[in-house]
Amino acid sequence: MSGHTDMVLVDDNGMRIDGRTATEHRPIKIEAGVLKNADGSAYVEIGKNKVLAAVYGPRECHPRHLQDPNKAVIQCKYNMQAFSVSDRKRPGTDRRSIEISKITAEALENVVLTELYPRASIDVYIEILQANAGTRCAGLTAASVALADAGIPMRDIVPAIAAGKADGHVLLDLNKEEDNYGQADVPIALVPSTDEIVLLQMDGNMTREEFDRAISLAVNACHEVYDLQKDALKRRYAVKKEEAESDE
Amino acid sequence: MERRNAKPKRELVLPGDLLDSTGAKVGEYAYERDGNVYAAVLGIKNVTPAGVGVIPLHGQYMPVAGDLVIGTINDIGPSNWMVDINAPYPAPLHVSEVPWKVEFGDTSRFLNIGDVVLLKVLSVDESKKIQVTMNDAGLRKIEGGMLVEISHTKVSRVIGKSGSMIQMLKNMSDCRITVGQNGRIWIDGEGESAEAVADAIKMIEEEAQSHNLTERIKEFLEKRLPAEEE
Repeated sequence: MSGHTDMVLVDDNGMRIDGRTATEHRPIKIEAGVLKNADGSAYVEIGKNKVLAAVYGPRECHPRHLQDPNKAVIQCKYNMQAFSVSDRKRPGTDRRSIEISKITAEALENVVLTELYPRASIDVYIEILQANAGTRCAGLTAASVALADAGIPMRDIVPAIAAGKADGHVLLDLNKEEDNYGQADVPIALVPSTDEIVLLQMDGNMTREEFDRAISLAVNACHEVYDLQKDALKRRYAVKKEEAESDE
Repeated sequence: MERRNAKPKRELVLPGDLLDSTGAKVGEYAYERDGNVYAAVLGIKNVTPAGVGVIPLHGQYMPVAGDLVIGTINDIGPSNWMVDINAPYPAPLHVSEVPWKVEFGDTSRFLNIGDVVLLKVLSVDESKKIQVTMNDAGLRKIEGGMLVEISHTKVSRVIGKSGSMIQMLKNMSDCRITVGQNGRIWIDGEGESAEAVADAIKMIEEEAQSHNLTERIKEFLEKRLPAEEE
């Protein structure tokens, strides 16, 4: 958003630097149940982003003062590995990762049936192995698959994707160059069955018309991501399903 | 066995999948919105007279009053023990719920940290506060034998249709086997046969959804058990 470049981000034919059109998202790969020791897990690749999510719980809430007597709390930890960006990222919690942990937990609270587990805690860990813009969306996408894989009761699975503006064009799923040298970035997450928006941020400037266009692009793309998420979960259990036996 | 083909195909559902739109009642692990029933967990769709619900394939054990569970002592208080029963909540065992007369502060003479006990869930209240008891037939401190842990969702497979699987395991191996609803299984028997049973149970957990499991477990045990019947 801040930088300036002579790079042509969108050419005269509407082609972007990685060969996508304005309404195309990067190739997405989702895999569920990749870790053995966590209750649930997922691995997501969106373009060059590589994200791992793990879920524990519901379990006893520690520290105790965070307990809620009426519902479970979702504790989320978003962490970027030192090697996830081209300059070494200083390891540990920073302002950005606290923010992303918070918004991810709040987005997930909208779908998880937390009222079933008073006083308990559901812990979500998101590790960014490789970053190329859009990691909060990739992280949330992975986290919701991991929650479903952990067998945690939830209303729906949450897909997330960003839209934005670069070189004066409204684009879906910005990559790193478009994010750095573009004019705006709008990550969105929603509940597909009701089209409720559970995460919406905007960094940069856009007109109202551009914003509406960005939202509609992202909402459509979210439904595509949703299908991939369901696909990943079904794939994990497909074998078992085919052979499913009916006693008890 | 032919009956299986007549049954409706078992359907894998994910959270948010529509289960019913004809006004059926909401079953387990399902929720209602605008008169329709949706799945809340990943599992197999389950239609019962009580409602349309889901049989989960994964997830934490949630205690229900009356469940037989196997727990380990976690912590000792002057008038109670804290027991880990694999649930999201701690389970206190009060001195009034054990078959012994325990003086105040004398709890560690009876049960110590690390001891394994066979318990019954006495009550689970609205805020999910659990109470367990040892005052019932067969409930006791467990000594000897071995403990196997599986996912609680697979317990029904280990028991089998009206106990067919567990009965076969017991008969073939000559072991004492106690299955806790929380997924912990205690096996007591001759070293080799107990190990064979433990492996068989692991196999049941892994292949819980497959055909003819009882038959295959039988074959497996025949191979593994020491030949002693003469």
